[in-house]
Amino acid sequence: MSPATISQSQESTAAAETAGALVRVRDVHKVYTRGSERIDVLQGVNLDVPRGDFVALMGPSGSGKTTLLNLLAGLDRPSGGTVQIGHDRIDKMGEGELARWRSHHVGFVFQLYNLLPTLTAERNVELPLLLTSLSVNERKKHVSAVLTVVGLSDRSKHYPRQLSGGQEQRVAIARAIVADPTLLLCDEPTGDLDRKSEEEILDLLQALNREHGKTIIMVTHNAHAAARARRIVYLNKGQLQSEAIQ
Amino acid sequence: MQRIINWITQVYAVGVLNLRTLPRRFGSSAATIVGVAGVVTVFVAVLSIGEGFRATLQQTGSPSTALVIRTGSDTEMLSGITLMDSRVIQDAPGIARGGSGPVTSRELLVLVDVPKISTGTEANVPLRGVTPEAFAIRTNLHIIAGRNFEPGRNEIMVGAGAAREFAGLQVGSTKTWGKTNWTVVGIFTDGGSVSESEIWSDLTILQGAYNRGTLVSSVHARLSSPDEFDTFKGALVSNPRLNVKVLRETDYFSEQSIFLTKLVQNLGYLIAAMMGIGAVFGAINTMYSAVAARTREIATLRALGFGGGPVVISVIVESILLALAGGLIGGAIAYTAFNNFHTSTMNWQSFSQVAFAFRVTPMLLIQGFLYSVVIGLVGGLFPAVRAARTSVAAALREL
Amino acid sequence: MKFLPLIWSNLRRKRVRTLFTLLSILVAFLMFGYLIAVSNAFNIGVQIAGVDRLVLTNKVSIILPLPISDLERIEQVPGVTDVAHADWFGGIYQDPKNFFAQIAADPERYLRLYPEFLLPEDQKKAWMADRTGAICGKYLADRFHWKIGDRIPIMAAWQKKDGTTSWEFNLDGIYTGATPTTDTTQFIFHYKYFDESRVNGHGEVGWYIIRIAHPDQAPQIADRIDAMFANSDYETKTSTEKAFMQGFAKQVGDIGAIITAILSVVFFIILLVAGNTMMQSVRERVTELAVLKTVGFSNGLILTLVLVESLMLAAMGGLLGLGLAWLLIRRGDPTGGALPIFVMPTGSLALGMVAILLLGLATGSLPALQAMRLRVVQSLRRA
Repeated sequence: MSPATISQSQESTAAAETAGALVRVRDVHKVYTRGSERIDVLQGVNLDVPRGDFVALMGPSGSGKTTLLNLLAGLDRPSGGTVQIGHDRIDKMGEGELARWRSHHVGFVFQLYNLLPTLTAERNVELPLLLTSLSVNERKKHVSAVLTVVGLSDRSKHYPRQLSGGQEQRVAIARAIVADPTLLLCDEPTGDLDRKSEEEILDLLQALNREHGKTIIMVTHNAHAAARARRIVYLNKGQLQSEAIQ
Repeated sequence: MQRIINWITQVYAVGVLNLRTLPRRFGSSAATIVGVAGVVTVFVAVLSIGEGFRATLQQTGSPSTALVIRTGSDTEMLSGITLMDSRVIQDAPGIARGGSGPVTSRELLVLVDVPKISTGTEANVPLRGVTPEAFAIRTNLHIIAGRNFEPGRNEIMVGAGAAREFAGLQVGSTKTWGKTNWTVVGIFTDGGSVSESEIWSDLTILQGAYNRGTLVSSVHARLSSPDEFDTFKGALVSNPRLNVKVLRETDYFSEQSIFLTKLVQNLGYLIAAMMGIGAVFGAINTMYSAVAARTREIATLRALGFGGGPVVISVIVESILLALAGGLIGGAIAYTAFNNFHTSTMNWQSFSQVAFAFRVTPMLLIQGFLYSVVIGLVGGLFPAVRAARTSVAAALREL
Repeated sequence: MKFLPLIWSNLRRKRVRTLFTLLSILVAFLMFGYLIAVSNAFNIGVQIAGVDRLVLTNKVSIILPLPISDLERIEQVPGVTDVAHADWFGGIYQDPKNFFAQIAADPERYLRLYPEFLLPEDQKKAWMADRTGAICGKYLADRFHWKIGDRIPIMAAWQKKDGTTSWEFNLDGIYTGATPTTDTTQFIFHYKYFDESRVNGHGEVGWYIIRIAHPDQAPQIADRIDAMFANSDYETKTSTEKAFMQGFAKQVGDIGAIITAILSVVFFIILLVAGNTMMQSVRERVTELAVLKTVGFSNGLILTLVLVESLMLAAMGGLLGLGLAWLLIRRGDPTGGALPIFVMPTGSLALGMVAILLLGLATGSLPALQAMRLRVVQSLRRA
């Protein structure tokens, strides 16, 4: 990396510090024990993500990027260190608290879409809203709004098996944003898609970030996808290696 | 010939495949086996009540003994025959002759209240007044405890079944009915017949205690041979001075059990039918999930050229085997738990208690096994056909 | 409940499997409803027994008679408001299999003691005027297709003065029951005709039926009556009609216990079948449940959703089964005569609901716990 880029990255971190980063990861460790084997997946990771950022998390397989994402989503607890999102120290929350917190603050997009096959597109999108106290009509309004944003209003009553891979992922994204979460976390969102669908999804993510101000953290091993983000963070052997600004 | 061998090989291959994947489907397979076992257990147990009742009543009576009661009575209890009429009956043709003349027995039947041990409440038990001739008629009678009553004394001898089911009938105890006290002096068996549910006393004493004068309920006669029955009967019914009904003992007792046996059979088959239907649904469920678990393997086999036929057969065979396993277990449980289980109940036709034991007969067990095979067959049919019909492409796509 | 579409969609997942599980549950509850009716029918005598009626029989043996002269003395006992007597005829109509109760009684008295037997006035008058007349209950009339005016011949052990044992009666009336559980299987004729015509047993009756003013006085009045006849040639045993019926029911044996045992087996099996289905269903959905947790569904919510699903399955099968049982019960006695009063007892529906609830909870709890406990990260990694 050129000195210019390094200093620029230092600047942005500094800016994040002063602006009050949305995501603050400090010295996070994660250890897995498999039988007698002990695996240090994350070894002292520090990361700041300011509001409105679009970060791509890259690294070789086994580098711990999905683990880090899970920690940010509150799906897992760090073995050491702190994770703060907004004003919430999620490393200190109990299971019930985390579930509640997730419903308000996190939208998750999976590589394999993970839509419920027995529900229509709109029912799938509605799921996070069932955890709120919105009325039936209010829920309907939110659902149709996000389906419009992802461009699938005409397929709202279709079942996942009637949709293409790209369409399914768009429904998944709609589901992830319908409750207006603080953070949008994506785990290899285009990993299972053909080239054309991949472009559509990446366009959508970029639009969500630029036009709707969504903060997005995306794990990917695809440099082409990563290029669409504002910032790329490299993870290797459980440690943050470097950053690159787009 | 080659085709048949080919076919059998296919069935065998699919069969082995099925067995290998069985552990995965353990839960549902176990559910089917237990389900069918339950159905067969209940089926056999309930019907063994009827069988036991029938056996007891059929043990009673020999085709060479005839029973004479009053016309119009269903049962000894409601019948009355005078001394004079008894004499006429004793002189009828066809009766075997013993040391002291024709082998006939005059008997009086009344009902007494004895508490039933299992419920603690009182039950109607038959008390039969007999003469020494009664023992010549009932050749299977053995005294297993104490001794016989002495004529002319207030002594009673209790049937083994009655002693088992009703309270206070051990040798040496005293019973008071009305103003009369009776002492139990012995216990007898009679080849498992209905007599074992009775209490016996001296005829004359009983007639006195119950104000019967010289009246009796029935006259039993041992015929010189079973073929003499028609002669014997003809002589009595054609006599204008008598108003009697003549039956072979065996016919009398099977008539007595008709009501209860029919009742038990009707209810038993009804219950078994309902349970069977439930079991079929359970079996279908199991087989559907069994087939679903093997979709990939079956599709692969078929893509390789295995015919739809062997698939169907193998699924049905597996279903039948599971059901049969359940049937065998159910039959075994029914036999060990219920065979020879002693109890007693009220025979409405004679208004008195009959002690009997549940009887799990080989016929019942066979019926139970056949039933389980049918359940297995029906349960496996639809899933089997569906497995064979699903197009290979669709099956592979399902993955 | 806004989660209903979600729960419902899970039941529709493997429609065939859900259908067959539902059908097995249906059959189990069909049996439940039906067998409870059977058990009830065996004990129905106990339930329809009059609260204010006592029965008086010969103490020595039930088959021994009582003198009719006792009637006056019984009437004088304080607390007794009415007395009737009856005799068990015990004859055969065409075939010994056609068993039914034939009662010789004083018509006025008997009908007074059993006001639940409803007889139209004109039929009653006709019967009173007809010495060889008889009335029967509607169930009996339907069973043998009898009409008013029919001549009913019955062969009995009682010999008539003319030497025959065949008795004939004119059917003058058919009575109905005041409630669905009233006994309409009786055949009642004049005691006078019976007593005048028979060779033996003049002046004797089989038993007395007594009405008392206050049901709670029953034990005292019973004791008083029995004391009155103690040490006579015809000692009496007086008990409430209920206790009397109970005695008979108990003599048949513990039908209740047998039925309970059968139903327990049935329910145990159903538990396995339905429980197995639920376990399979949850196992197949591990990824989806993990996704729901990711979205923010709490553990408690997931547990509840699975339990509700299980309860819905139990409820659908159970209610249909109970409904079918009710329909089947309306078709009447399955034994052809042994259980004339065959109805669905009022408590059984409530009992059925409880059973449905218990079944739903029992089959759903293990899968629900499994669903609740699954770890999101591991479950997703499986995919």
